[in-house]
Amino acid sequence: MPSQREKPWRVATVTAVKIASTRVKLFTLELPSGGNFKAGQHYDVRLTAPDGYQAQRSYSLASSPGDTNLIEIAIELIDNGEVSSYFHDSVEPGQRIEIRGPIGGHFTWKPSHTKSSIFIAGGSGIAPIISMLRHRYAVKNNSPAVLLFSVRTEDDILYREELESMSDNDPSLQVITTITRGASKDWIGNTRRIDRNMIDSALVNTGVTPESAYVCGGSGFVESMANTLLDIGLDFKQIHIERFGP
Amino acid sequence: MINDNFFGRRRSTPTRPVPPGQYLEDGFPVLSAGPTPRVDISTWDFSIEIAGEIAGTWSWKSLNSLEQTDMHTDIHCVTKWSKQDTNWRGVAIDTLLADAQISPPDGYVMAYCDGGYTTNVPAKDLMDGKGILAHTYENEPLPAEHGGPVRLFIPHLYLWKSAKWIRRLRFMEKDEPGFWEGYGYHMYGDPWLEQRYTGD
Repeated sequence: MPSQREKPWRVATVTAVKIASTRVKLFTLELPSGGNFKAGQHYDVRLTAPDGYQAQRSYSLASSPGDTNLIEIAIELIDNGEVSSYFHDSVEPGQRIEIRGPIGGHFTWKPSHTKSSIFIAGGSGIAPIISMLRHRYAVKNNSPAVLLFSVRTEDDILYREELESMSDNDPSLQVITTITRGASKDWIGNTRRIDRNMIDSALVNTGVTPESAYVCGGSGFVESMANTLLDIGLDFKQIHIERFGP
Repeated sequence: MINDNFFGRRRSTPTRPVPPGQYLEDGFPVLSAGPTPRVDISTWDFSIEIAGEIAGTWSWKSLNSLEQTDMHTDIHCVTKWSKQDTNWRGVAIDTLLADAQISPPDGYVMAYCDGGYTTNVPAKDLMDGKGILAHTYENEPLPAEHGGPVRLFIPHLYLWKSAKWIRRLRFMEKDEPGFWEGYGYHMYGDPWLEQRYTGD
């Protein structure tokens, strides 16, 4: 199994930095070789100060697995976050960063997946899920899927155009976004936190009976969503979760 | 490799060193691969299995009637955070083995949990007070999202070895990978040797 191989630290080169929202930047990294991974996996990143002090963090891959050495990570600026603030303030194309991976194997999606799925993302928790949806789209997997995406403000809807385009071009994918704080008057979507009613009506309206669930976001969000999925009758083993941060 | 302009924030001053690659966390993050199981304490039990036989079974009540052990310790999660000076109470694996009149076998142990989680650990890492079944954290019942009612607690290893929602320990002669170990996480997981992944 490839995930059993050793994972040495390697040096990647930043090739692009893109502002995705007020608090999130997307970084494209070029690996020295071998970009293979499963959608949902993460890489570890290590920064070293001149005095030898090191900090490591894990970041989910947002890009689609494919025939490329390029990977994309989405980094949200965390208050007092030593690694995220360094990336936001100091990292530019051409810079080199130590990385190791890919890591993880439970929260993953493969093209052989034929079950109908519900994806639930909170904020930057969309990162590993956009990887799954990009992969799904690229391989033309059309098992029924619905994405519920909860964000605080309109500015936080990461990958908005891409998600709209994917769902426009793929009848088997439905995307439902909810803005929980400060939606503008023009916003015609949901404006409350995802709850059982919202999930129930999303499933009724899309005709999706989920056989598998992927939930990613902040810890409290994920706990609440996983509980709701148990309430609507999903089995423990059908629910895959990934928690970001405390 | 030095990263220019990176100095780190080093938010808290550790009272003692933290393992390599770890940062200090004041909160208590929750990590798990699936939902939090709904455990009914009235039917909950815990058992030890040796050579295919159940060697001992304890209810919630009988677990609490045994000698209780306190642990004051630091904890280290493979996702890079550490937390210092935490307080736990539970029943030492030594105490359970003595209660069941079992002499501890050599070899390895697989932990089984509600929700299907498993993890492996050498048997000796559970003995001599190193491993407990923890039910109390900071003088309060262990919250469900942190593994309550009862989790295995082996703080000298990365926290994924301290299996939440523990129900059974199976002694085995040869080492076998548990849930995360099968996905490339280290078979032993010593934070001081930074044994995060296979080959570390």
